Amino acid sequence: MNEKLMQNQVTDLSDVEKILRKYEGQRGSLIPILQQVQVAYGYLPESAVYYIAERLNMSASEITGVATFYAQFHLIPRGQHILKVCCGTACHVKGAKKITGKLSEILDVPVGATTKDSLFTLEEVACLGACSLAPVMMVDEDIHGKLTSDDVDMVIKQMKESGIPQV
Amino acid sequence: MIKTEEITGTEKITNIKKPKILIGMATCGLGAGAKTVLSAIEQELEKQKLDAEIIRTGCIGMCAYEVLVDVIFPGRTRVTYGNVKKTMVPQIIGDHVAKGEAVRKFALSQMPVREARDIPYDGLPFFEDLEMNKGQQKFILRNCGYIDPDSIEDYIASGGYTALKKVLATMSSKEVIHEISKSGLRGRGGGGFPTGEKWASCAKYSADEKFVVCNADEGDPGAFMDRSLMEGDPHSVLEGMIIAGYAIQGTSGYIYVRAEYPLAVKRLKHTIEQARKHGFLGKNILSSGYSLDIFVKEGAGAFVCGESTALQNSIEGKRGMPRTRPPQSVEAGLWDKPTLLNNVETFANVPFVINKGAEWYAKIGTEKSKGTKIFSLTGKIKNAGLVEVPMGVSIRQIVFDVGGGIPKKKKFKAVQIGGPSGGCLPESLLDLPIDYESLVGAGAMMGSGSFVVVDEVTCMVEMARFFMSFCASESCGKCPPCRIGTTLMLDILTRITQGKGEEKDLEVLEQMCDEIRTMSLCGLGQSAPNPVKSTLRYFRDEYIAHISDKICPTASCAALHRYEVIPEKCTKCQACIRNCPVKAISGSAKEVAFIHKEKCIKCNVCYEKCNFMAIK
Repeated sequence: MNEKLMQNQVTDLSDVEKILRKYEGQRGSLIPILQQVQVAYGYLPESAVYYIAERLNMSASEITGVATFYAQFHLIPRGQHILKVCCGTACHVKGAKKITGKLSEILDVPVGATTKDSLFTLEEVACLGACSLAPVMMVDEDIHGKLTSDDVDMVIKQMKESGIPQV
Repeated sequence: MIKTEEITGTEKITNIKKPKILIGMATCGLGAGAKTVLSAIEQELEKQKLDAEIIRTGCIGMCAYEVLVDVIFPGRTRVTYGNVKKTMVPQIIGDHVAKGEAVRKFALSQMPVREARDIPYDGLPFFEDLEMNKGQQKFILRNCGYIDPDSIEDYIASGGYTALKKVLATMSSKEVIHEISKSGLRGRGGGGFPTGEKWASCAKYSADEKFVVCNADEGDPGAFMDRSLMEGDPHSVLEGMIIAGYAIQGTSGYIYVRAEYPLAVKRLKHTIEQARKHGFLGKNILSSGYSLDIFVKEGAGAFVCGESTALQNSIEGKRGMPRTRPPQSVEAGLWDKPTLLNNVETFANVPFVINKGAEWYAKIGTEKSKGTKIFSLTGKIKNAGLVEVPMGVSIRQIVFDVGGGIPKKKKFKAVQIGGPSGGCLPESLLDLPIDYESLVGAGAMMGSGSFVVVDEVTCMVEMARFFMSFCASESCGKCPPCRIGTTLMLDILTRITQGKGEEKDLEVLEQMCDEIRTMSLCGLGQSAPNPVKSTLRYFRDEYIAHISDKICPTASCAALHRYEVIPEKCTKCQACIRNCPVKAISGSAKEVAFIHKEKCIKCNVCYEKCNFMAIK
């Protein structure tokens, strides 16, 4: 997957074909198809969008319209690890801004961008639903709660060293 | 027949032969480190060569004390340990699991497993006597934290699917709807539309296909009761949905769950599979002749998809944009077929209503708002977590009795109820009873039931700006009043927090609030002005301070900062000095702190860290 991530032009669309076959004949399947393509490639490659358009008999602009509407879809490659800082009300009240600021400083990227080494992408998300642990961030699939600036430092350091963050 | 099954089932849960260890593994538990604690428990059991059953439960609601581990020793009460760290595990295992002696210094409370037949531990408070559990009535959350949500056997053993059996065996569709109507249950998603009425109007349309949809797109920042239900007791939601499907004679159903909840998605898929295997779902359910199948649809990150027509567009694979009504969804919803759409918590209420009976249910709550409501209590509050109380309790009871008040000796300022569609209510309304009507009257809304408490150091103008920025960025962009209106209001609010507010701003804001509310297409736009409207109503003086005096009374708005120490209040504790990241504060144990303005970066840390309100 990493190799694919590094390439901007994806030529091997066999995964897309496999996903399309799975949903053949099912109505309303565009979003799950895009979701799975994104899981396979890490983002939605342009060539995949055109391919899906052709197979579903839709226009590419219609698909892009759907993909850009939802926050979850990404049309450019993202980093190996995704850091999502929650900026819901509880997190906001408890200082989520400082967490984002700190991450932005350590990684030297603005929110929404990927680091030069393609290791991390820093994002903000509306609410993760773990409000009692505010402020919260999600590192890939894991939630980290009751964060302080020092915790953020530690998580990034550990991830750089071992790739597996410890709570 | 049902009765004997129930008895053997209950025994499965209460007949304990070897020690049981329950660990809260919902998203909140995991966030607090439940995985690490679990592996420590497993290692320790192996090391001490002990045999115990480990049960991964959902969240019991005491999120402030996560990681929560409960131990049941045969014949004794169940003991709850809070704030468990892996270093505490060896002692808990060694003393409690091995010998049945509770580790009192870590224990929060105890509770009986079988009614009064277990020997209690001396001097340990009971679960229901803890301040945060007094006044709560856990009906809908009854299984969360008690059963393994991944096990259908556990759910059946705790009385699950009896409502569905009763409905299919003894009631007609009409009777089910009548029962729900009589109970007075209203939609828990926010608007509070009578559930029975909605079901009845959907049932009267006939079509070749009919859908029942569960709205699990809990997008309100600050709300997580739907997530907890789906993670802690998913079968009760599913059972409610199947009953609803039977009532309207639906042919298939969808659970639309937001993608930000990966654990809930996984659990729901597993739940549906299990229900199918046991004959509660699929063709000819429990040999009743009724068939229904339910699928999970994952959202893709759009707040507006919580709106029913937008949600339906999203299920159909389109942009999640709302449409004008009529036709209502009950007439022409998903793929233009009659569609019944209810929220997670509403569905979770249904089996309970059926089991207990409408009359019993209608006795709880107020005249127009029946039953209990789950609130997610967060923000500047001691006992953050999930709270289930009867409708009609006051805000004060939730914040001060159940929530334990505001930490760090700070004062209560406001509570933001109902997320971006709700409003900020001040101290003077603490005794307001919480039900649908009174909240709307006070300028807020039940919304999803999020309950974010803020203390005196929170700036209400900044709070209004925060919600407006949320609504502006989540607006789908279809209708101009919402798309342009929220952006313009956000601009004004941002200007005010930067000290560039003008006299006429308040008037313009007020006017825009009304215009956006009346002209927007869907609930997002219609309710977007609520936080601004309510803060203008109750905290107008803060707006005026920002505009006329160019000061932020709480010193939260960085652009207006002028930090100073109030010498009379300073106790020389040096908390500010220790925490200042740029060493801009000098002082000592003998000397009042002093802030060097030229070094200060206005980060607000000193203000937050001061326990004596000595910094202005």
